[in-house]
Amino acid sequence: MLKIRFLGSLLAATLFTGIHLANAAEPIKIGTFLTTTGPASFLGDPELKTLQMVIEDINAKGGLNGRTVELVHYDTGGNAREALNFVKRLIRKDNVDLIVGGTTSGDTLAVIPEVEKESIPLISLAGAVEIIEPTRKWVFKVAHTDRMAAAKIFEDLRKRNLTKVALITGDGGFDKSGRAQILKLAPEYGITLVADEAYGNKDTDMTTQLTKIRATDAQAIINFGFGQAPAIVTKNIKQLGIDLPVYQSHGVASQTFIDLAGGAAEGVRLPAAALVVAEQLPDTDPQKPILLAYKKKYEAKYGPVSTFGGHAYDGIMIATEALMRAGGTDKAKVRDEIEKTQGFIGTAGVFNMTPGDHMGLNLEAFKMVEIDNGAWKIVE
Amino acid sequence: MRLTGFFIFAASVALLPVLFPNNYFVTVVGIAAGLHVILAVGLNLLMGYAGQISLGHAAFFGMGAYASAILTTRFDWPGLLAMLAGLLVAGTIAWLLARPILRLRGHYLAMATLGFGIIIHVIMVQATHWTGGPDGLGEIPPLNLLGWTVDDDQQWYGVIAAAMLLSIWLSLNMIDSRIGRALRAVRGSEFAAQMMGIDATRAKTQIFVVSALFAAFAGSLFAHQQAFVSPDSFSLIISVELVTMVVLGGMASTFGAACGAIALTLLYEGLMVFEDYEMLIHGALLMAVMIFLPQGLFVGLSQGIRRGWTLIASRQDVQDARKAIQS
Repeated sequence: MLKIRFLGSLLAATLFTGIHLANAAEPIKIGTFLTTTGPASFLGDPELKTLQMVIEDINAKGGLNGRTVELVHYDTGGNAREALNFVKRLIRKDNVDLIVGGTTSGDTLAVIPEVEKESIPLISLAGAVEIIEPTRKWVFKVAHTDRMAAAKIFEDLRKRNLTKVALITGDGGFDKSGRAQILKLAPEYGITLVADEAYGNKDTDMTTQLTKIRATDAQAIINFGFGQAPAIVTKNIKQLGIDLPVYQSHGVASQTFIDLAGGAAEGVRLPAAALVVAEQLPDTDPQKPILLAYKKKYEAKYGPVSTFGGHAYDGIMIATEALMRAGGTDKAKVRDEIEKTQGFIGTAGVFNMTPGDHMGLNLEAFKMVEIDNGAWKIVE
Repeated sequence: MRLTGFFIFAASVALLPVLFPNNYFVTVVGIAAGLHVILAVGLNLLMGYAGQISLGHAAFFGMGAYASAILTTRFDWPGLLAMLAGLLVAGTIAWLLARPILRLRGHYLAMATLGFGIIIHVIMVQATHWTGGPDGLGEIPPLNLLGWTVDDDQQWYGVIAAAMLLSIWLSLNMIDSRIGRALRAVRGSEFAAQMMGIDATRAKTQIFVVSALFAAFAGSLFAHQQAFVSPDSFSLIISVELVTMVVLGGMASTFGAACGAIALTLLYEGLMVFEDYEMLIHGALLMAVMIFLPQGLFVGLSQGIRRGWTLIASRQDVQDARKAIQS
């Protein structure tokens, strides 16, 4: 009897340690839902590659707190309905510890109610200011907001003493949200909008709208959008011989835009993350080594970097640092640690998050760049 | 007896969460399937029984959803009242639309409903001030049913399941009523039906409105359950998916439509693991069903089983007869 009991306890002990070991080895699961197909895939694709690259790196170095990291990814195709379904799946079925993602603002806004209800930290890679305004307990973001882009453009206009501006935007979520911020901020900077034209993002010609703009007394043109359309607008402006300063948004801060717009892109200004002009930064800039390191690593593996991949880098790094500080995957603790992110130097700028600011970037994070001989040049 | 199938179905729906509490496939996929069933059953009344196609049904679904979303978030209406308003709007629009649109037949009707669906979708995208534009509307409060707040997954499963059963029950009863018989007559031959004294236009209008009401009802529940609506959920693709559900399950059968809705929802979920090949397999499966079971999954399979059964039974009869002769 005694023997049996002894054997039993031995068995229990081995089982217990076995379970314990299994627990320690269980990977930390990071969920993501990105737009890797469809019109916004040029945003989501580098994001996914970056996440995979960083996580591979972490695992090669022995993981986080002794646990490996596993990435669970779904492609939303830019469909908000799909995004919400995938996030439900990530939370309920894949049991992820934290979510990094949402390539587009639409995808992110769709999942916010679910994330808040299920109490799981979310670090969004999308732009719209509505994601963090009002501040939500579980939602953070790392990409510059459209409001920051608008403010940066207006600052530059003020420097050049330009006050009358024509606006032209597309019908996508990014465009509409950017347009709203521009309309809201313009009076603060003493800027009058003399035109407010719209086009469809799939349109192939915007000369009609631009002809109307030409008839106004605008001193500059602002185009807010991403993808093909801004390149077409830029080309059309040149074709119509409109000789005004042209401003684009951070949505086109990639080599693709310069290639698409060709010669017409010369002189176009836009606010962009420091990543596109990493080499031109002064050596004293604390961001420079980080940017160059990320760039080198990414380009060795996948080809030219884009600022969007950079956002994924910032997101996953903030997440892993918070996981490390929290010493585990307790969701509430991890959330608190993300909120305490201070002085984190990322590709988008220096992050200082607070309970009232779940992004933690200031206007310094944007550089005003101009396209000069088919390359980016800092104009500040 | 007529409702035996219904009770068996209701019992299994009720048992699922007891057998698998907090299972992803019950509480998340199950809810999605339940909403699809309401939509498909409603559309089946129009497509299966009245023989009228609608490629714009997502529009009515969206009207219900946006009515609930806008009225509860912007005007603080209670959920039930907003739902009623949504039903009223969708019903009225369907009624106004029915007369001109249901005069068309075949491809023309398909085109007209398609256009209607697209117009509603464009309004959802462009009327940013009301609908939130492409980014949609979020933070829709949970549904409050006379003091009881439906908030967690289990409760939602209960509510959606009850709504789904209600819609199936309504559909079954409607089909076996005077209206249902009139509709089937219209489907067979509108001219002959009129000769029999059936007001075909009226019958079609009625069922179009009822069908829209089903969709708007599902839309309201959807808005509260997701706490978020955006135009993506009511696009042309969704209308086509709904038609697929009805056809896949088997037209002119309430359980067929329900079966198609559940099968298609599970299919999407099950194929997710194949990632890039998802659509490929999805398409191939749909083609296979249509080739081998042209009457649809439910109708085709149940007919097959019945035929098999009679075959076995007749063999048994032959054997019995032989035995009788031999003895």
